[in-house]
Amino acid sequence: MTITHDDTRVEDAVTTATTQTMTMAAALNRALADALAEDPSVLVFGEDVGALGGVFRITDGLTARFGEERCFDTPLAEAGIVGTAVGMAMNGMRPVVEMQFDAFAYPAFEQIVSHVAKLGNRTRGAIRMPMVIRIPFGGGIGGVEHHCDSSEAYYAHTPGLTVVAPSTPQDAYSLLRAAIASADPVVFLEPKKLYWSKGEVDTSIRTPLDTAQVVRDGTDVTLLAYGAAVPLALEAAAAAAEDGRSVQVVDVRSLSPFDDATVTAAVRSTGRAVVIAEAPGYVSVASEIQARVFERCFEYLAAPVRKVTGFDVPFAPPKLEHWYLPDVDRVLDAIDSLHWDEDA
Amino acid sequence: MNDEALLPRDTPVQLIDPDGRPVEDAQYSVSSTDVLLHAYRGLVEARRINDQCTALVRQGRLAVYPSSHGQEACQVGASLLLGEHDWLFPTYRDSVAIIARGVEPADAMVLLKGDWHSGYDPRQYRVAPQATPLATQLLHAVGFAHAAKMRGEDTVVMALCGDGATSEGDFHEAMNFAAVFQVPVVFFVQNNEFAISVPLSRQTAAPSLAHKAIGYGMPGQRVDGNDTAAVLAVLGEAVSRARSGGGPSLVEAHTYRMQAHTNADDDTRYRERAEVQAWVARDPLVRLQTYLRAQGVLDEAAEDALAAGAEEIAAELRRVMNADADLDPEDLFRFVRAERSPQLDEQWNLLKGEIDRDQLTDAGGAR
Repeated sequence: MTITHDDTRVEDAVTTATTQTMTMAAALNRALADALAEDPSVLVFGEDVGALGGVFRITDGLTARFGEERCFDTPLAEAGIVGTAVGMAMNGMRPVVEMQFDAFAYPAFEQIVSHVAKLGNRTRGAIRMPMVIRIPFGGGIGGVEHHCDSSEAYYAHTPGLTVVAPSTPQDAYSLLRAAIASADPVVFLEPKKLYWSKGEVDTSIRTPLDTAQVVRDGTDVTLLAYGAAVPLALEAAAAAAEDGRSVQVVDVRSLSPFDDATVTAAVRSTGRAVVIAEAPGYVSVASEIQARVFERCFEYLAAPVRKVTGFDVPFAPPKLEHWYLPDVDRVLDAIDSLHWDEDA
Repeated sequence: MNDEALLPRDTPVQLIDPDGRPVEDAQYSVSSTDVLLHAYRGLVEARRINDQCTALVRQGRLAVYPSSHGQEACQVGASLLLGEHDWLFPTYRDSVAIIARGVEPADAMVLLKGDWHSGYDPRQYRVAPQATPLATQLLHAVGFAHAAKMRGEDTVVMALCGDGATSEGDFHEAMNFAAVFQVPVVFFVQNNEFAISVPLSRQTAAPSLAHKAIGYGMPGQRVDGNDTAAVLAVLGEAVSRARSGGGPSLVEAHTYRMQAHTNADDDTRYRERAEVQAWVARDPLVRLQTYLRAQGVLDEAAEDALAAGAEEIAAELRRVMNADADLDPEDLFRFVRAERSPQLDEQWNLLKGEIDRDQLTDAGGAR
């Protein structure tokens, strides 16, 4: 197959928007397939993404449909996957690479922070890095060590990288489409625990890469969460509602750039906030969100902003992970601690 | 290709000996005197630029300069072999290779002067930004070549690195990817015997660095890196192989870093002066000069003209380096992302406020 340099879009790709119920895994697969069909410069590669369809089956059927040049297995080498993607992006391609598990991406860390993130800046924008690095992240699936890290802070801390984490099949589809279309490199964090969660997906929607979304209205307290913590926040909000508290939930979704406007407006409207994330809390995305909310909402706050996170320990072994992961009770305790008595 | 064909020779290929005499070789031949004269001009200019930049570091005009004095045959040879659509992926020590590819010397020095991270448009010259982390650019070269192959272009990618870089994981991954996908890339290792202070014996136990190639399933060859004719012949063969769909190769040049790693390095701590002196006799410029003179194509008048041309380049470089560039602080924020984020706008406004306040203070002080 020969890939041309122009931007010709394949006309027979999905043109009519359809809304279907599917799992997050299926939504991601559909997003990859639709992007491959529409843009000949899009390539999917990584470990086991070909015949196997990925260990989580996110790339299922792509090689059969698009051929081995568009979706292919590489040698087992994470720095090699990301490093060659850099060269491909320099030469007109839009690579979408898969890191098999969060902790397996660390050998590629140098390529990500030293080159993927910086080449645009080094070359005064002459070279952009339109690539997506997909990383299944987080726990809750009973995985053994090195399979359940929440590594988002490393990437969000790196200038030049866009970092997003969907929490619904809809966002998984439409954020991934936007990520593939972006001129900037995107670290796309897929919450493993939610791969099999279901929801409606409208394939005509594109979610901007720099927006948070209010996913539940409420007036007493705002829960700020992303990834697998969003369904947890919604569950906690429902439980709190039974106690008479009106809880707002914001899916932060875009970890970098961060949507200060939506988050600030949300917290100012309630005057109380809890940040929820799985990652260890020390020097984390959660602590950054907490700090930003304090800076922007201090005079609106009735209580300190709390955070509910994983503990500052390496991710727990499968039989202990339920102790590690934030749960509804921990979130409700945090909500209860927000100086309600003083407010009464 | 059988195993034998993948293995390098026991000794580096040499076509002109250190005394400037031709050496017979069954496989490789010396380029025409036209090509070698052109290369010689490149060597003379590269040497002058190397020495000028070393002086500019002493004068505080360059933050740092990793000189390639002694390695000019490798650098000029690598660039001369590339066609218009080919790409070069250089390291920090390959400034004169970049210049031989057409980048203005002053633009090639922007990184080392500290005005920006890269001073040229990579697409204009088909030269990637100079990589400082070792061996990482080899993977970029492989990906670039892979994309070129997918598109059916006949682009060849020349990836440069030093002996130290061959110990890095990315070196291994790049060789392996390149061979598995049979991409049109030439890995050119300038083995100059030292990675800062650490000698080759601490980088590898292999018979040679070129021997590594067979492990990946690609041909490896050793070449006398101070012999311009041999560099052109051996690298030229590798470039032809890549261009004709024959896949990647590894070429190891045996050369020597005549100066310290950079100005921050004291090379008397790790190597004897006698060793450095021994390499003076193998100087790539003198060797080619002797050969070309014996061929009757280079005389004193031609030499004077070449030297004058190189002097002009050095004078222009001094002129630009001695002037302070007009630096724009907003550049800090402009290129981080394709689309500037609100956070970056906020931070630029903060810095702009600081700058405006400083200027007001300065103006007030003057009154």
